Amino acid sequence: MTLSLDEVRRIAALARLKLTPDEERTFALQLSAILDHVRQLEELDVSAVEPMTHALADVPGLRPDDVHESLAPEEALANAPAREGTWFKVPRIIE
Amino acid sequence: VTTGAAELLALSVREAGRRLAAREVSSRELVEASLGRIAATDGKVGAFLRTTPERARAAAEAADARAAKRERRSELDGVPVAVKDLFATKGAETTAGSRILEGFRPPYDATVVERLEAAGAVLVGKLNMDEFAMGSSNENSGYGPCRNPYDLLRTPGGSSGGSAAAVAARQVAATLGTDTGGSIRLPASFCGVVGLKPTYGRVSRYGVVAFASSLDQVGPLARDVADVALLLRTIAGRDLRDMTSSSRPVDDYLASLEEGARGLRIGVPREWFGGGLEPGVEEIVRRALGLYEKLGAKLVEISLPHSRYGIAAYYLIAPAEASSNLARYDGVRFGVRAADTRGLKEAYAETRERGFGAEVKRRIMLGTYALSAGYYDAYYLRAQKVRTLIRRDFDEAFRACDVVAGPVAPTVAFRLGERTADPLEMYLADIFTITCNLAALPGLSVPCGVHASTSMPVGLQLVGRPFDEATLLRAARAVEREVGPLPPPGAV
Repeated sequence: MTLSLDEVRRIAALARLKLTPDEERTFALQLSAILDHVRQLEELDVSAVEPMTHALADVPGLRPDDVHESLAPEEALANAPAREGTWFKVPRIIE
Repeated sequence: VTTGAAELLALSVREAGRRLAAREVSSRELVEASLGRIAATDGKVGAFLRTTPERARAAAEAADARAAKRERRSELDGVPVAVKDLFATKGAETTAGSRILEGFRPPYDATVVERLEAAGAVLVGKLNMDEFAMGSSNENSGYGPCRNPYDLLRTPGGSSGGSAAAVAARQVAATLGTDTGGSIRLPASFCGVVGLKPTYGRVSRYGVVAFASSLDQVGPLARDVADVALLLRTIAGRDLRDMTSSSRPVDDYLASLEEGARGLRIGVPREWFGGGLEPGVEEIVRRALGLYEKLGAKLVEISLPHSRYGIAAYYLIAPAEASSNLARYDGVRFGVRAADTRGLKEAYAETRERGFGAEVKRRIMLGTYALSAGYYDAYYLRAQKVRTLIRRDFDEAFRACDVVAGPVAPTVAFRLGERTADPLEMYLADIFTITCNLAALPGLSVPCGVHASTSMPVGLQLVGRPFDEATLLRAARAVEREVGPLPPPGAV
């Protein structure tokens, strides 16, 4: 198996996911199978190939940096799970 | 003269527009027919996550007032449409098919929604989809699956399953979807409708919930090619709020639509007809290619040698971009937050664990791995280089042909539950569509026949040069005229 349970736990922590033990086992198997499949890219010699970093050949460039109307604080906060005044409220950061 | 609801529901966007202009029908009647059809059929189909009747009735009233004053804004003015639930709609719930966004009401409209409504189109609801557009069957929706109107035991394809099923089931005449690896073309093929993924950059992505930003593109689905052309013309063009939207002028796609296939060189990639393509599908696709010869086009054998690496490159690039895009769902600014957690870090992890479905977690994990220290060069960078090779294949092919043609998918619509146990098997449904996204090219699916043993629709895939949607649509129209409309779905 390409991916160990420890690696799955390490990636989950990086991705801010708290997986169940069942998910850890399933993902170890499934992600290993997918990684085995993508490994076929190693057949290709890409040493002289540039990566495709832009989907467009001619990137249109930036818009002028003009002042526009943007969201009012009330609109921006309307979907917040918790708020206080004009701030988003989060759980304790220092434990 | 009162027109029966069944007749109204069968109208194309253009024909509905003509009757609205002639005041033979009102927008209110069209909207009520559509809402009635949805109420009567969607318990079976599941194409809609919710309807927006108040917004629709108000818009219809305004459209009818404009028609009375002979001030219609466009051919679309007063015509009911629906959009995938990936598009932000101001004040109207937008979930991207995910539980993590349950109850989210965006403070703004996506540019494409704004453009449709500015043209007078009436939004009747938001369509079912795979969660965050990740899937090929609509079974990854956080709100239950959508079913294929031709056979309710089969999937409509995904991720824009609702967008295709709603059009096939005559709930609306046209919808918008998005296509990152085949998510418009696959469901269009499975449900017997026309679906177009434009060139990357042709349509603004502003207000579209991001999945893989270098691959995502918005496109229309409808029952005929001309309606797709009309919708594309309405939504395409530069948008200052999307830096990747192109400033190239938008063609009048309807003007060249009836020019036929004579003189076109149709490239047939030998790699798309190898093992894996189900013989019944191959037979219909080959017959459609034969029609091009009959119509005076020339078939040219071409090669896309790196096609076979498409799935592998895609399943590194798309999850890598997704893992980054989906970092924003942390339960702080919008969406659902897990309660009773200790501290911020646990709140993030619990929120994401409970809010995301299995496929979304799988892709976040895959992408996080591919981008993590020590693996970036081996996986992500290598995949980006292979992407260059795939694009070069097409550049080379377009020296010998004007349009590439082949199957959309290896099979007809598969059954619900058939592929959910093995993610890799599900991914292979996109084997013929995925290279078009990697190469940033326009592609479409046009119905080309009915499969002999299952009676399910089969689509022909056409891929064009960058920004040459006009030739693509013209070539699709030529086949459509020969094949004629498919029989309507029997299950609804």
